[in-house]
Amino acid sequence: MTEPAGITPLIKAVEEADSAERLTIALWKLAQARSPEAIPTLIEALGFNNPGAAVAGVEGLVALGEIAVVPLLKQLDGFNYGARAWALRALAKIGDPRGLELLLETAARDFALSVRRAAASGLGNILWEKMEPEERATAQEKVYQTLLEVLQDPEWVVRYAAIVGMQGLATAAVSNSPIWLRQLLTQLGDRAKSDEELVVRARAQLAYQQLQITAPA
Amino acid sequence: MWDNLESGSPAPPAGDGETLTVEVAIANLRHEDLSLRYYAAWWIGRFGVREPAAIDALLDLLSEEGDKTEAGGFPLRRNAARALGKVGDDRAVAALIECLGCSDYYVREAAAESLERLGDRTAIPALMELLNGGLTAAVQVPGKPHLTQPYDTILEALGTLRATEAIPLIQPFLEHSFPRVQYSAARAMYQLTGEGQYADRLVQALQGKDLQLRRSALLDLGAIAYLPAAKAISQTLAENSIKLIALKGLIEHNLTLTHPDAAPDLSPELIEVMNLMDSLL
Repeated sequence: MTEPAGITPLIKAVEEADSAERLTIALWKLAQARSPEAIPTLIEALGFNNPGAAVAGVEGLVALGEIAVVPLLKQLDGFNYGARAWALRALAKIGDPRGLELLLETAARDFALSVRRAAASGLGNILWEKMEPEERATAQEKVYQTLLEVLQDPEWVVRYAAIVGMQGLATAAVSNSPIWLRQLLTQLGDRAKSDEELVVRARAQLAYQQLQITAPA
Repeated sequence: MWDNLESGSPAPPAGDGETLTVEVAIANLRHEDLSLRYYAAWWIGRFGVREPAAIDALLDLLSEEGDKTEAGGFPLRRNAARALGKVGDDRAVAALIECLGCSDYYVREAAAESLERLGDRTAIPALMELLNGGLTAAVQVPGKPHLTQPYDTILEALGTLRATEAIPLIQPFLEHSFPRVQYSAARAMYQLTGEGQYADRLVQALQGKDLQLRRSALLDLGAIAYLPAAKAISQTLAENSIKLIALKGLIEHNLTLTHPDAAPDLSPELIEVMNLMDSLL
């Protein structure tokens, strides 16, 4: 951990970077410092239209986790589309339930397949213990219904991500065995035999096998 | 850009382009407006329309004279040749072989690619002929961005068509001055010999400085489904979308189905590849 006093020069280095490459290097250093004070600068990096910088920004925010969620959500509306997509990826990887509504909406409706795929897999990665227990069951069922819809996506990679999301969701929900869990397993089993893309069938089969080990018969 | 590669559609021309049906597309292949023919040919390839009437019209387009550009190119023939490869009708093989002698480089390239897709080994002698002269002949055409022949496509087609008789002709191209051509030669040599040293050249190419060449090598490794490359693929500096496509190739070519409707058999190697894919979503 870097002391807050040490973070100022790292932020300054980002502000003063005079080439795309220097900017990216400065951002990676800032991301590695894991300081909450870096959050505004890391978020800003998502909007630079520089993929190297944005990846560093996402990694830095993901490493900080929970604490980055509110600032990300607050700035989202002011973002351009590219920055929103990066912010969404950060939220998907952090898995904080406060980002859940946005992930649900994005997985099913975003026009960019790379964003839909990030959101769909992120839905399998929600930190459910951070949500009030009484809300959990309803929210999980909603995630299941959305992933079921995403499983119809025309792009193979989004369907693949939906399966990854389903496996994550099922693993999290298995102990309270909700009624939709058996249906989810059936969906995966069917998908393993019938998707038009072999790789999607393979991933569904893997999820099916791994869940069969843990799920009640 | 790579999102586009996955969904793969150029913007349709304004007007009727967007509302094509199979019937309209087939009719448009003979439309007097050449741009509508051009779009219809792409559309039929994209959606794999197998109607005999579509094949007939596409075959006619291969000898179309009307759309010659000032530089001597035949855009309609190029599109028809591409579409015939995607539609996958064996009737196209002879006509496409003939296209390998066309004066337009891009028609020859489209024909070679389609012949690779169609997988008909009768194309082998004609493809081998285009390698005549070896490296000495394989030089850039003055004023053009391309070589005398579409060598990369030809080499890849010979690899896919299992043309072991072409190995002595292909081998020298491992030393061509264009990295792209070297990769195609390495890819074909791996397919024809099964020797890992050739695939490892492509793995090394993933460390190269040029992004475009790293992308090329990624897609080549996916196409030859070289499983030992999985980790290197996932770690290259390139877009996740392309890495995912390459890893998808690895899975699909190494998967066994006991029955078309059965769930696939998963080996530990394939599970490892899927774990890598998961991390790239």
